[in-house]
Amino acid sequence: MTENSILLEIRNLKKHFPIYKGIFRSAAGWVKAVDGISLKLKKGEVLGLVGESGCGKTTAGRSILRLLEPTAGEVLFYSHGQAEPINVTTAPPKVIKKLRQDMQIIYQDPQSSLNERMTVGSIVSEPLLVHKIGAPSDREQEAEKLLKAVGLEGDHMARYPHQFSGGQRQRIAIARALCLKPKLIIADEAVSALDVSIQAQVLLLLKELQNEFNLTYIFITHDLAVVRYITNRVAVMYLGRIVESAATEELFNNPQHPYSEALISAVPVPDPDYRVRRILLQGDVPSPIDPPPGCHFHPRCRYAEDICRNETPTYRELSPDRFVSCHLADKLNLWSFSK
Amino acid sequence: MPPVLEIADLKVFFYTDYGVVKAVDGVRFHLNAGETLGLVGESGCGKSVTAMAVLGLVRYPGRIVAGEIIYHQNAKKVRLSGLDPKGREIRSIRGNDIAMIFQEPMTSLNPVFTVGYQIMEAIILHQRLNRRQAREAAISMLAKVGIPLPEQRVDEYPHQLSGGMRQRAMIAMALSCRPSILIADEPTTALDVTIQAQVLELMMNLKAEFQTSIIMITHDLGVIAGIADRVVVMYLGKVVEEAGVREIFYNTKHPYTQGLMNSVPSVRGKIRDLKPIPGVVPDAFALPTGCSFQPRCSQVSKMCRTEAPPLTEVGPNHWVACWLHS
Amino acid sequence: MSKSSPRKRAETHLKGALRRMQTDKGALAGTGIIVILIFLAALGRFITPYDPNEQNYDEMLLPPSLSHPLGTDQYGRDIATRIIYGCRYALLIGVAVVGIHFVVGVSLGLLAGYYGGYVETIIMRLVDVMLAIPSVVLAVAIAGFLGGGIQNVIIAVGAIGWRAYTRLVRAEVLSAKEQVFVEAARAIGCGDLRIILRHIMPYTMAPVIAYTSLGIATAILWSAALSFLGMGAQPPTPEWGAMLADGREYMQDGWWIATFPGVAIMVTVLGFNFFGDALRNALDPKTEKRI
Repeated sequence: MTENSILLEIRNLKKHFPIYKGIFRSAAGWVKAVDGISLKLKKGEVLGLVGESGCGKTTAGRSILRLLEPTAGEVLFYSHGQAEPINVTTAPPKVIKKLRQDMQIIYQDPQSSLNERMTVGSIVSEPLLVHKIGAPSDREQEAEKLLKAVGLEGDHMARYPHQFSGGQRQRIAIARALCLKPKLIIADEAVSALDVSIQAQVLLLLKELQNEFNLTYIFITHDLAVVRYITNRVAVMYLGRIVESAATEELFNNPQHPYSEALISAVPVPDPDYRVRRILLQGDVPSPIDPPPGCHFHPRCRYAEDICRNETPTYRELSPDRFVSCHLADKLNLWSFSK
Repeated sequence: MPPVLEIADLKVFFYTDYGVVKAVDGVRFHLNAGETLGLVGESGCGKSVTAMAVLGLVRYPGRIVAGEIIYHQNAKKVRLSGLDPKGREIRSIRGNDIAMIFQEPMTSLNPVFTVGYQIMEAIILHQRLNRRQAREAAISMLAKVGIPLPEQRVDEYPHQLSGGMRQRAMIAMALSCRPSILIADEPTTALDVTIQAQVLELMMNLKAEFQTSIIMITHDLGVIAGIADRVVVMYLGKVVEEAGVREIFYNTKHPYTQGLMNSVPSVRGKIRDLKPIPGVVPDAFALPTGCSFQPRCSQVSKMCRTEAPPLTEVGPNHWVACWLHS
Repeated sequence: MSKSSPRKRAETHLKGALRRMQTDKGALAGTGIIVILIFLAALGRFITPYDPNEQNYDEMLLPPSLSHPLGTDQYGRDIATRIIYGCRYALLIGVAVVGIHFVVGVSLGLLAGYYGGYVETIIMRLVDVMLAIPSVVLAVAIAGFLGGGIQNVIIAVGAIGWRAYTRLVRAEVLSAKEQVFVEAARAIGCGDLRIILRHIMPYTMAPVIAYTSLGIATAILWSAALSFLGMGAQPPTPEWGAMLADGREYMQDGWWIATFPGVAIMVTVLGFNFFGDALRNALDPKTEKRI
């Protein structure tokens, strides 16, 4: 098992939701929440999936785990010791259940992702119970060990989630996700609901755990500063498509897609002397029910030309390991943020 | 610049079934004319309660227990803390002299009335205008905050607008009576970054045009660095540090403020290691003795455990409540 | 971000509900009545010197007195004794009927809400059809078909009340399904059965539990009505509804024969209703005092 081997490959993944109208509930249209994304994820990598609300990043995460049934495309998971990957999108329920041991998720709001009627001990050890791993006493020991690993006390086992603060609850959710020793964890806005000082604690914890348990993460978030801190690679989504993906520092220093450029320039910087001009995008993100033709970004793009209005750009490798979906990517001279 | 608002030793306590919560416990700061003051802190630090106290909107079981809130209305001094919260005086100030915008525009706009109606309501209430004039004023306000097709939007309902447009409508409503103070409570937290940039830009432009002073309540140090002139940092109901924006970022004194600064990653500059503040915010019912930050402080001394440090001036206009600096 | 409310104190849902109930006068009254009922049902025969069914032609139609505090009936049986023995029937019928309602109604509701699609369509249409038939007609028809007896009363009343539970539970499941913790359970590999029983059902139970208490009251009322019509408990069973029917012919000569069983029914129904209302208020998080 080499460090650079592929763990997950996503090919042209799509998730469309029907919109029902009228008394006969016929499908009147489709929300193309995820509209053909392709990604490769190496073992031990931390991939950031970023974008603004409605870009489809959360739907993408759930479709990858098959918590939602994808409409089209493939998700290939290279399990350990197997030459052939498992196709998550077509695997039967039995295989999916087995896969849950390898792929886990942490949600944004630990208030609602933990069952309030269960004790912390039974929440954390439930995955073991469900997968029939170990005797009850082993499971309890394991849960206690995990709680300690995420910075909680063993005697918290008998308490209920509402007795903990938001940050502590997120630690409980992390312990549960770690319980089955997964290979891949999808963190869906896992630190977004937390206060600044607690957010930093949890970020550090996730980083430590990555080394300790040899984890691969997909970090889904709208917070670009967090992404820059924790990821190696970033994919920027806009209206269901990936517009750019590259190594994190590459993308933050020299974005190659006008949307990435505007997005990075818009993030407030906690440094009063950093008074840079911002690219103010006009208008709002269009509705994913009826996205603009051609390049979805063209109505807000300051570089848009005729071709952008008419033709959908292909997602292509601009330079090694750097993918961009923009007709003008070779021509444009975008802002550089390296300093 | 003369102050437009002065808060001295403000205490707002909540008398709950479980005990007393000292949400605001001796807060002192002022707002100068034409200034943007950043009020920073994490959940439960009392920053929103302070803002509500200014407008006389502290809700049961909360109560202003002590302290003064003085508003300088032209040359007159109005003691807001002494006004009947349901009385005519405070109502004539609310919305007219001091306006507020909230984090969630959807919950603060009434869904059953049109946007235009809600802006007109404020205008008619406080200014002597008839309906047609008020409508004209509402349309011109909507245009000012950058809402396209204002003549059309004025008759739309809040749910027909996007999140960013709603926040713009809220700003239009708040500024429609040209208040001298605008209190913005996390106005961009619920918005996407690109929309946040638009709204912040808009607020700063309007501030210059209307000569409004702004109290910006936020937990986002990036927003603070970008727009604030002066910053007040709060922790558990107390002001721990107050200084000009450059001073507070480059000459940080209080260990809590330092902790905050070391907790936020940035999209620019070198990637630094995060150094989070250990522990959790203590239970509001069982505050620690002495300095409320001492259980999480890395530089704690004996004194910190027994006595609360006073807010002292450690440099020109730089105030810190910490035994390390007094 | 920062809210004016402090974090809720450590307290489980149930504990909070119990605390709230302690301050509710209706809850106290209801609890008192239910405790007395259970006490009488369990130990009643040790309190009274009489046999409920033994006829005594020397003491027919006696008005309330010291030896017979509620009087005697046309066969000389002590009314108080018969009412005390009747507590058992009332409780038995109430609990058994609600048991049927609960099992049938809650399972169907869980299935309909969780699976949706045609499962839901079939179950909910069944409920609609059942609701279209008047309850009285249905209960009388079933009781008439099966014949008299306590057991058949339970079946007849059990057949008509579960519909409300199905609707209630289905609505709760629909809201539970939207909760992230349900998806989180799927993400760790839980199967449908475990998700339904361990994660969704507890979430839906608060309003159902409150409803069962109200349901016991309704069941007692229904069974009394069926017995009154002669389709339920048969003489000489000391069932309150049957006693009421017995006594109505003697209203002129012995008002006490019909009146006291009627009062017993009323007090019992009231007790369970008080208790159920209080429980519902206490369990409903929306009534929780917000700061």
